[in-house]
Amino acid sequence: MTDRRSPSTGWFAGIDPGDPEAAAGAIRDGSGDAVREWPQVAVESGAFDSEADYYAALHDATVTATRAAVREAETADDRQLIHSVRAMDDCERVANELAERVAEWAGSRREDAGTGVDYAGTLAGEDDAAEPLVSLARRVCDLDDEAASLRAHVQRTAPEVAPNLSALAGPVLAARLVALAGGLKDLARKPSGTIQVLGAEEALFAHLRGHAPSPKHGVIFVHEAIQGTSPEHRGSAARALAGKLAIAARIDHYTGDRKPELDAELEERIERIRERETE
Amino acid sequence: MTLPDGVERRSFGEKEGLATRGEPVYGEPTDGAWRRWDPRRSKLGAMLENGMETGLSGGETVLYLGAAAGTTVGHVADFASPTYAVEFAARPARDLLSVAESRRNLFPLLKDARKPETYAHVVEPVDALIQDVATRGQAKVALANRRFLREDGRLLMAIKARSEDVTADPDAVFETVLGSLEDGYEILETGPLAPFHEDHLAVVARPR
Ligand SMILES: C[S@@+](CC[C@H](N)C(=O)[O-])C[C@H]1O[C@@H](n2cnc3c(N)ncnc32)[C@H](O)[C@@H]1O
Repeated sequence: MTDRRSPSTGWFAGIDPGDPEAAAGAIRDGSGDAVREWPQVAVESGAFDSEADYYAALHDATVTATRAAVREAETADDRQLIHSVRAMDDCERVANELAERVAEWAGSRREDAGTGVDYAGTLAGEDDAAEPLVSLARRVCDLDDEAASLRAHVQRTAPEVAPNLSALAGPVLAARLVALAGGLKDLARKPSGTIQVLGAEEALFAHLRGHAPSPKHGVIFVHEAIQGTSPEHRGSAARALAGKLAIAARIDHYTGDRKPELDAELEERIERIRERETE
Repeated sequence: MTLPDGVERRSFGEKEGLATRGEPVYGEPTDGAWRRWDPRRSKLGAMLENGMETGLSGGETVLYLGAAAGTTVGHVADFASPTYAVEFAARPARDLLSVAESRRNLFPLLKDARKPETYAHVVEPVDALIQDVATRGQAKVALANRRFLREDGRLLMAIKARSEDVTADPDAVFETVLGSLEDGYEILETGPLAPFHEDHLAVVARPR
């Protein structure tokens, strides 16, 4: 698009002044070498009737261009976050599944066979790489490393996409919530009751397929605010947490300003709920 | 020192401070049409508060680099004429948008100040180049944007020492940055922004 205009023409050259989208595109994608008295040029060239008209169109075009760029940048960021947290979960899940396979296989051949990703780690350290079992164990370790580096990536990027949500939920849980909702904007539009059970649907399907207990909670259940509360009060804790997360998601989507007072408010609410236990 | 037209010292309850007339943007105290300009949240506000000779008289054309959420540039647009606000980070630009929406003379540009060719087709020659980019290479940014400044215009710049080098002595950093600036500018005045901002040096210069 840059070549459309010769270097010393203004953003308005060849543009219908009544078309703010086209004008915004010219602001964003155009460029120039020479600095010129653009308002004067615009009026003299007949593109605008007066400088006042020129400035009015420039205002609309720059605001439209900036709004579009802001929205794109933010959407791109939360898309990326969703991909990385899903990839992280995939790597962890597959590493665990393969580790089970490794353990089962090893159990058929060795007295001292262990279980889990850690055992695969021990096996992978053995010299005999030509041995298929050792080679498979190495794949498990690679996947586990990949999961760890994806986790670090999520921890770094989630606070940029959703600063308040990440502070309240922790970056990984924040990323999961964004992923389950389908984006930060979608999360920001959900009522807190929905946020409370986000992720429960997946567990529900697993339950219906017969390999999981009936789900009562969404992914927020792993949060310390709930885990650290006695079982009888966990319902209240989950409601309080979901309420604050909903507010955080909205602030993150609409302004992106970090509001540390949210952290304190959540802490207070949870403390008050826990105090009931001792009564 | 004279304040630009459109900037006044007014009292807000107990406190007296600088103020401009415009839509409030960051929950600042107001008095009728006036809103307080907090020097702790604005390098340019601190320059005026500290009595530096900015050369601003009100009604000028301004190019503002590093507009962030628009806190300062909103005040500038309140007393200046066309005001071009360059910021390259999308997140703060969202707030800048709401500041610009209520100010018809404020033009937000989501652009990199190190690449003036990406907005030379939009920005006209200006009377004041105001810079607060807080990033490495602050002198380079000022030099690259000199092309927009009229011969008799002013560069008003806040140099943040830590942006150039976190470990170096701030005075040494200021020395280096001023040295580079002199390739294109004549330095008219420098001064600290204390007590409002630590480790910053404010500079008034004109193109040479
Ligand atoms: C200290 S803040 C500015 C605060 C603002 N001037 C105010 O007082 O309201 C510095 C800003 O400069 C922006 N910035 C840094 N390097 C930049 C560049 N090369 N181009 C445009 N903006 C830049 C940063 O994104 C940041 O928002």
